[in-house]
Amino acid sequence: MKHTLSVLVENKPGVLTRVAGLFARRGFNIESLAVGLSEDPRLSRITIVIDGDEHPVDQVTKQLHKLINVLKIRDLDPENQVSAELLLVRVAGEGEKRTEVLQIAEIFNAKIVDVDRRQLTLRVVGTNEKLEALLELLQPLGVLEVVRTGTIALGRGRGG
Amino acid sequence: MTDKKMKGSHALVAALEHEGVEVMFGFPGGVAIPFYDALYDAKNLRHVLVRHEQGAAHAADGYARATGKVGVCGSTSGPGATNLVTGIATAYLDSSPLVAITWQVRSDLIGTDAFQEADITGITLPIVKHSYLVKSTEELPRIVHEAFHIASTGRPGPVVIDIPVDVALGEVAYRDCDTIDLPGYKPTSRGHVKQIRAAAKAINEAQRPVLYLGGGVVTSDAAAEVLRLAELRRLPVTTTLMGIGGFPETHELSMGMLGMHGTVAANYAVHECDLLIAVGARFDDRVTGKLKAFAPHARFIHIDVDPAEIGKNVVPLIPIVGQARQVIGAVCKELEAMEWSREQTQPWLARIAERKDEYPLHYERPKDGKLAPQFVVKEIDRVTGHDAVVCTDVGQHQMWATQYYTYTFPRQFISSGGLGTMGFGLPASIGASIGRPDKTVIDISGDGGFQMTMQELATAVNYDVPVVVAVLNNGYLGMVRQWQDLFWNKRYSFTCVEVQPDFKALAEAFGAVGMRVTEEDEVEPALRDAIASGRPAVIDFRTSPEENVFPMVPAGSEITEMIGGTSRKKGRKP
Repeated sequence: MKHTLSVLVENKPGVLTRVAGLFARRGFNIESLAVGLSEDPRLSRITIVIDGDEHPVDQVTKQLHKLINVLKIRDLDPENQVSAELLLVRVAGEGEKRTEVLQIAEIFNAKIVDVDRRQLTLRVVGTNEKLEALLELLQPLGVLEVVRTGTIALGRGRGG
Repeated sequence: MTDKKMKGSHALVAALEHEGVEVMFGFPGGVAIPFYDALYDAKNLRHVLVRHEQGAAHAADGYARATGKVGVCGSTSGPGATNLVTGIATAYLDSSPLVAITWQVRSDLIGTDAFQEADITGITLPIVKHSYLVKSTEELPRIVHEAFHIASTGRPGPVVIDIPVDVALGEVAYRDCDTIDLPGYKPTSRGHVKQIRAAAKAINEAQRPVLYLGGGVVTSDAAAEVLRLAELRRLPVTTTLMGIGGFPETHELSMGMLGMHGTVAANYAVHECDLLIAVGARFDDRVTGKLKAFAPHARFIHIDVDPAEIGKNVVPLIPIVGQARQVIGAVCKELEAMEWSREQTQPWLARIAERKDEYPLHYERPKDGKLAPQFVVKEIDRVTGHDAVVCTDVGQHQMWATQYYTYTFPRQFISSGGLGTMGFGLPASIGASIGRPDKTVIDISGDGGFQMTMQELATAVNYDVPVVVAVLNNGYLGMVRQWQDLFWNKRYSFTCVEVQPDFKALAEAFGAVGMRVTEEDEVEPALRDAIASGRPAVIDFRTSPEENVFPMVPAGSEITEMIGGTSRKKGRKP
C-alpha cells in the first residue's frame, strides 16, 4: 500500500539532503517527493510517497524522527486526506488528433497552456490516479514530454 | 562571561571550556591556524597533538567511552577532515558521544574546489547524529552548545561542526550559551508507566528469563540498577560486546558474552529462555545469528532510548522507550511490591549453572610451543586483578579479550563493536588513559591492527601516557585467516603478514619500552615490568599462528550450529 507522509521540517539549508540521504542510506525508495514552505516561513513541509509493502513505514518514520531538523511526521490516512499533483504534458496534436486531445483535456479539466501547429501542452491538477488515467488516454496520441511535481497532501479537517 | 567582544577562534575556545572540555585531540593545518593561535593561550583546555587525524577521532572516542564525557577532536579542512571519517563512523556505530570540529575554507571559496576543500558535512552525513556548517561568528557559541547537547543526550553519537576560517576571524560579542532551542529534538528518557508495569509482571511470571544487556546499559550508567534487577529476580545475565562491564562477570548470575563468539551457557540460555529482557541492545546480526531462529521460545521485552531500534529486527511483546537507568529503576520498584518465590526459576538457574560448569571457555596448549593467545589474556587479567581498562583492535585478539579477561565495572572494556575498526585500539587507549589516569590501561591488539595506527606511539611518548600495548602477534590477519581456514578451504589469500617490523625495536625507536615474549613464564614479569615502568610500552607476544577463536556460531547460522564449545567432561555437544 502507498503511504503519504507529511513531514514538517525546519527551513534550513541541507535539510532536504538529510531527508533524501536517510532514504538512500536505509534503502527506502521514494515514489515521489515535494517540498515547499509551510504556513510558517521558518518551516517547510515535505510530502513523501512511499510503498509501504516494500519498507515498513514504521521504521521509515522512526528513522526520520531522529533527524534533528524534522519536527513532525504524519502518515496520512488515505481515506481522510486531500492530495493533488500538478502535471504538464506535451502531446502531439495535428488534425483529428487535436480534437481528440482537446476532448480529453476537457474531461480532465486540463488547461491548454501552450499550443502550436503540431503540438499542445496541457496543465492538469489532480490525484495521482487521475493523472495516470489522463496519461494512459494520451499515450496512443503521442506523449512527447511529461513533468510532474509529485503529490502534495494534507489531512482532512483540523488535523493538518 | 557576558558579551565580551572577541574573535571567533577565541569564542570557540571559550565555548569549549564552558562545556567543560578539559582535553581535545587534534592536528592543525592551514585554515585551522586562527583556532590554534587561540588555543596557544587557552587556560583550561589542553590540546593533544596526535600523529594522524584518525588517531584524534579514536582518542577522543576512547576518552568518551572511558569517562562518559563528550570526546572532542579537531582537524583542518580537506584531508584533515576526511582522515577523521573512520573515527566518526566508529563513534556513530557504537553510539559514542563525540564532537568533531573541522575547519573549512573561507565561506566565499566553498564550492570552488579551493585548496584543501572537502565537503565534510556532506561526506559525513550518513555517519553523524547531526552536523553543522557554521555560517556566521554570532551563531558559533549556540552551535557548540547544541552540538554537546545532541552528542551526549538520548542515544549519544557524533556531531560534526564544520567552521569556515572567516568565522574564526570574525568578531562576536561572546556570551556563554546555556539554553537549548531544538524543537525537533526531544529524546524520551522516561519509560511509559503502563509498559513498565507490564514488563515487571512478565519478569515476575517468567520461568526461564534471561537479561540481555547492550551498550545502552554502559552509556546510561545503568549498571547499579541492572545489578539490582538481576538480584531481585535472580535473572541470569548475558552481555553483548558493547555491554561488557555493564554487569560484573565475577557475579554468579553472569553467563558472559552471547553471540558469534559467546559462551555456550549464554547462547543456549537465550535459545531456551521464555522471556528475553533486552536492555540497550539492538539484536545485531553478530548477536542473533539467523534471526528467525533466535530465542525461538521467548517473548521479548525491549528497552531502548532509540525508538527506531524497537521493532527494527524483532517485534517485542513489551517495547519500552526510555533511558535504561530510569526504566530499570522503575521496573525494580514495581517488582519489589510483587510476590515471588525463588523456587520459580530454581530449575532454570540450576540448568544454567550446570552448563557453565560443563562447557566453560577452554583452549589447548599449542603444540608448536608458542604462546597461547588466550593464556596471555588470562595473564593480563591476573596481573591487573580484573581492574585494568582494556582497549582492543578488531579480530581474534578482540574476541579473546572478551572471553579471557574478567570485566567487573562499566567503561572498562573499550572496543569498536559496530564498525569493527582495526587501528582503534592504540589511539583509543591513549584517550582512555588520559581520561582515567587512575587506571592501568592495556591495549590488547594484534599485529595487523597495531600496524594501522602505530604512529600514535609517538603521541603516547610525547604526553607520557602509560598505555601498555600487548600485541598478540601471530603473523596473520587472524580472524580473516580463521574464516579462510573454516569456510574457504584454508586458502590463506593475503592474510599472512610476511614481513613484520621488529615491534620491540620499533617501540624503542619511538622512545617507548619495547619487549618480546616467547615463553609462558616470561608473560607475567613482562607485564609487571611494563606497567611498573609508568611509560608507554609495547610487548610483542609471539603467539601460535593458527589458533582459532571458539566457540563460533558461523555468520547467519543458528546457535545449534555452533563450532567448538564441546563439553570438557565427555567431549559432547550441548
